Amino acid sequence: MTHNKNKLAALIFLFLCPLVSFSGDPKPLKEGEIYNPVPAIMHHIADSHEWHLWGEGKKSVSIPLPLILFCDGKLDVFFSSKFHHGKKNVKIEDREYALDHGHLVEVNNKEFVDLSITKNVASMLLSVMVLLLLFVGAARKSNKDKAPKGLLSFLEPLVLFVRDDIVKPNIGHGYKKYVPYLLTLFFFILVNNLLGLIPAAANLTGNIAVTLVLSFITLIVTNLSGNKTYWGHIFNPPGVPLALMPIMIPIEIVGIFTKPFALMIRLFANISAGHIIIMSLISLIFMAQSGLGNAGAFGVAPVSVLFVLFMYFIEVLVAFLQAYIFTLLTSLFIGLATVEHH
Amino acid sequence: MASYTKTNYMDPMALVTPAIGLVFWTSVVFILLIFILKKFAWKPILDSVDKRNKNIEDALQSAENAKKEMENLTADNEKILAEAKAQRDFILKEAREMKESLIKDAKEKAILEAEKIMDDTREQIHNQKMKAITELKNQVADLSIEIAEKIIKSELKDKQAQKKLVVDAMQDKDLN
Repeated sequence: MTHNKNKLAALIFLFLCPLVSFSGDPKPLKEGEIYNPVPAIMHHIADSHEWHLWGEGKKSVSIPLPLILFCDGKLDVFFSSKFHHGKKNVKIEDREYALDHGHLVEVNNKEFVDLSITKNVASMLLSVMVLLLLFVGAARKSNKDKAPKGLLSFLEPLVLFVRDDIVKPNIGHGYKKYVPYLLTLFFFILVNNLLGLIPAAANLTGNIAVTLVLSFITLIVTNLSGNKTYWGHIFNPPGVPLALMPIMIPIEIVGIFTKPFALMIRLFANISAGHIIIMSLISLIFMAQSGLGNAGAFGVAPVSVLFVLFMYFIEVLVAFLQAYIFTLLTSLFIGLATVEHH
Repeated sequence: MASYTKTNYMDPMALVTPAIGLVFWTSVVFILLIFILKKFAWKPILDSVDKRNKNIEDALQSAENAKKEMENLTADNEKILAEAKAQRDFILKEAREMKESLIKDAKEKAILEAEKIMDDTREQIHNQKMKAITELKNQVADLSIEIAEKIIKSELKDKQAQKKLVVDAMQDKDLN
């Protein structure tokens, strides 16, 4: 897992990067000032109320997304285009919303609940469309009398791999009822990991909210499936002296939560780190330009592009790997919770 | 502008603070997705795969069974053939034995018959011979008498001759 460690290190490194010039505005650089890539990278990693495609400032092109806000018991729905890329505030009755560097605020500090279709939600809906098109389309062609053809011949082995090589060996007896959940989990993560690699796409599986929900479902499913042996191991660990019980039982209870918590962090960190590394490598060109002029940019660009290409291959691998690991560990946790007394 | 707090979205904590909206939508979308895919994708795909697997297994099994049956049939055929051969050999042997015994019996019978015939013949010959002898004796006697008569008729003219004749004749009769 040194790979993960490297990525975490990269993530921590970026957190430690000087956060001084975090104004967010694309101000023209002063003489001798080096381009700071952190705002752009952070902007890319974070969720957004509009789907920015390309361009900066007035030239920026983005897809407007609907905002759904509950404030003072009232529902406000409008498109993000009303903000004019954060230049204008949106006033609805006594409520005034503003985009502060992409972050939605209520000007009068009123509390509101933001259920907007953000870039990540839109990307997730897109991934759902992809999943439905792929798998429902493939399922319609599935035939018990014929060998799979076309799309199905590609997807069927993947589905069988998840069922026979991830779910079945880890859960064992009674694995069948978990198969639909774990298949959905695997392909949801996989498709979103891969969609996230497309330029201008969202960083969905690298968002803590998404990984939180996925790992929370793992937590719920695992503990609802837990049998007598599982709970026995937590509240009455076998072979533990009575004196150690006050220590062991809390540790076991914490253990219930640390396992899905690790899942949440692992997926979030891996995918975010991948995006950050690619963005950082591209930013090298702009940093070289600001420091060394156009010649510097041309000098660094080939190296940077090669590294980015290399990272892209790694990221495709990671997309599969992380979907695999999340599904594998969820299966393992369910398997541990449902294993018969031995 | 009003005095709202300037939140910096580049605050590292923002990265690890889950947004309620995304939590809500992910939960809704993901849970719905599980049920939709379960019904319209996983079930049909896995069902057809499992059925196909079963079909293939059944086909292989029936092929194996057919092979076994063929083997059994061949074995049966061989067994039947061997039995038939054994039976044929047995019948032939029996026939040979019967033939031999028949021949032997026939020979024995023939010998017995022949012996009987020979015995009969011998007896008959003996009888015939005896008969012939008797007849011959009778004829000889008759002849003798006739001769005797003739002689007597011719010789009786002379008493001496008569006497001599009788004596000579009696001497000749001692032959038998």
